[in-house]
Amino acid sequence: MRITNLLEIKSVTCTKQERCLFESLSFSLEAGQIMQIEGPNGAGKTSLLRIIAGFARPDDGEILFDNKSISQYYDEFAAQLLFIGHKTGVNGQLSAYENVCHWLHVHGCKVDEQAYDLLADLGLVGLEDVPVRTLSAGQQRRVALVRLWHNNAKLWILDEPFTALDKKGVALLQAQFKKHLAQGGSILLTTHQDLTTHFDALKTLVLEYQF
Amino acid sequence: MWKWLHPYAKAERAYQLCNTLLPYFAVITVVCLAVGWVWGLAYAPADYQQKDSYRIIFIHVPSAILSMGAYSSMAIAAIIALVWQIRNAELAVISIAPVGAAMTAIALITGAAWGKPMWGAWWVWDARLTSELILLFLYLGVLSLYHAFEDKKSAGRAACILAVVGVINLPIIHFSVEWWNTLHQGATITKFDTSAIDPSMLWPLLINIAAFAGFVGVVTLIRLKNEILQCEKHRPWVRELIGRGE
Amino acid sequence: MAQHSYWQLFTSVYRKDVTLAFRQRSEIVNPLLFFLIVITLFPLAIGPEPALLARMAPGIIWVAALLSTMLGLDKLFRDDFNDGSLEQLIASPYPLSLSVLAKVSAHWTTTGLPMVIMAPVFALLMNLEAQALGATVLTLLIGTPLLSFIGAIGAALTVGLQKGGILMSLLVLPLYIPVLIFATSAIDTSSMSLAYGGQLAILGAMLAIACVCAPIAISSALKVSVS
Repeated sequence: MRITNLLEIKSVTCTKQERCLFESLSFSLEAGQIMQIEGPNGAGKTSLLRIIAGFARPDDGEILFDNKSISQYYDEFAAQLLFIGHKTGVNGQLSAYENVCHWLHVHGCKVDEQAYDLLADLGLVGLEDVPVRTLSAGQQRRVALVRLWHNNAKLWILDEPFTALDKKGVALLQAQFKKHLAQGGSILLTTHQDLTTHFDALKTLVLEYQF
Repeated sequence: MWKWLHPYAKAERAYQLCNTLLPYFAVITVVCLAVGWVWGLAYAPADYQQKDSYRIIFIHVPSAILSMGAYSSMAIAAIIALVWQIRNAELAVISIAPVGAAMTAIALITGAAWGKPMWGAWWVWDARLTSELILLFLYLGVLSLYHAFEDKKSAGRAACILAVVGVINLPIIHFSVEWWNTLHQGATITKFDTSAIDPSMLWPLLINIAAFAGFVGVVTLIRLKNEILQCEKHRPWVRELIGRGE
Repeated sequence: MAQHSYWQLFTSVYRKDVTLAFRQRSEIVNPLLFFLIVITLFPLAIGPEPALLARMAPGIIWVAALLSTMLGLDKLFRDDFNDGSLEQLIASPYPLSLSVLAKVSAHWTTTGLPMVIMAPVFALLMNLEAQALGATVLTLLIGTPLLSFIGAIGAALTVGLQKGGILMSLLVLPLYIPVLIFATSAIDTSSMSLAYGGQLAILGAMLAIACVCAPIAISSALKVSVS
């Protein structure tokens, strides 16, 4: 069964420090669609993603996931959500393997020996057991992105996922996007560079800087 | 550009409610304060033991009662704000807090001034004094937490949470301080017997309590009006209001 | 299955915090050292007469315990807030209160429990009577988790602020007063060889209330701080 309108944003308004970032913003995202949010710095891309993920409250409007308001059914929504923000949630003192295991536990995923293979796939061979803070920025980003290979979430919300990644990493990531979309998932992401691979179901939302 | 739809009505209604209530509270304050102070300070008979120095009761007791009353109304507003997520209730919490803190400070200062001739010391670790001091700390906590946040929306919610935590703790603190006092201090302080108060003193006292309650109401309402305007200053109805020059 | 996953979440969060504390041993050792130094200051300030010290010991030990618990509190949510782990805990399908419970337990294991273990030594330093030793350990055992719970509320409220540390102490210390009163009175009573079960029972009751209510307050405070 195909669920239409996996995510629906209904006239959402957000103001920060007296400045209106966006008002009465509405859009929807179907299963299998990817949406890229564009806009200059300070246009409210991150604020929008944080509102959709349920971390911040909109000043007005509501967000529906599977036709249910996320503020009322947050736990159900959270089970279907994968959020990676600017702050990736990777602890620098712990090793890559410990980070991945902790994340899997917290999100109720099964933990098996795959974790090591996953890290290897992302080019982190031999680095599984050193503290993450000693790795390079790109490698740290890869540790955070391991989650994309191992989750049962339908909706991915990614804030600047390509930051600090090399070309190979970007390609790897986009291949994983395709796989997720083919399985009926949806992706919402912000990025300053264009996607290098072609996506059939790509939607673009442009946020303007408002004064 | 500033097109706002949904919360428009609510804030405006709250503002109008403040405007309707304000005159009543103002009248209560002015009338009761005038009657209560003149009666209490000039005409009520002097105490047979404490002579005229007891007259501070007409300021001390109302402010002490109102300090607690204000905290409970603040906590009620905080619970409403958290449960139903009403922004105006958050603003009410912030409006009451400094007024309540001022009442607590007045109660403490007049208490100290009264304590000097009666007990021979500015401060004694009496249970009521101590609870009152802790109450002041709780008020100051709410206020400083609110002012520490840059984002006033988060600030309001954080202050509400702290107010609710405080009101749950307040009975525990009060009870424990009372218990601590009887344990450590014994009967070093002879508390005056409030129940044996003469009607000729009780009446001005009650009127003064009403006056202070009215005063707290007036100041809170004025502050609440300001907070609402501040927070809604870009909405059309506020602009209209300013345009009319009210 | 669900029950198993709740347990899995709790242990994972708990283990992470304890592991981190053990990797940076100073987190465990520093509060203890602070505790010891504060206790050393008192005899220097008020004079070394054993009788006087023994009279003041319960108060000194407990004030020192309050202050050293505060040391670790600021860090309780700070690192998770800075690296984004807090958002991941919120966006987890499990209730945030459960993760919070795990974090508070971890905080107690790394700061409260060492104090409980070291308490007899501190009590001896302060010339406390032998019969009061048991009471000191017991009050700390029940009281320090209570301190962790109440303190975590303040920590959660101030984690988003730049200079939250001092503000947190201002918010939390007044709420610590009941714990201080009943704990010191229990030690006092026991040094007079009287029954102190009543005070312990009240402390226990407060701990039970805190166990239920504090995680709710903490998690809503964290949600405010993250937004």
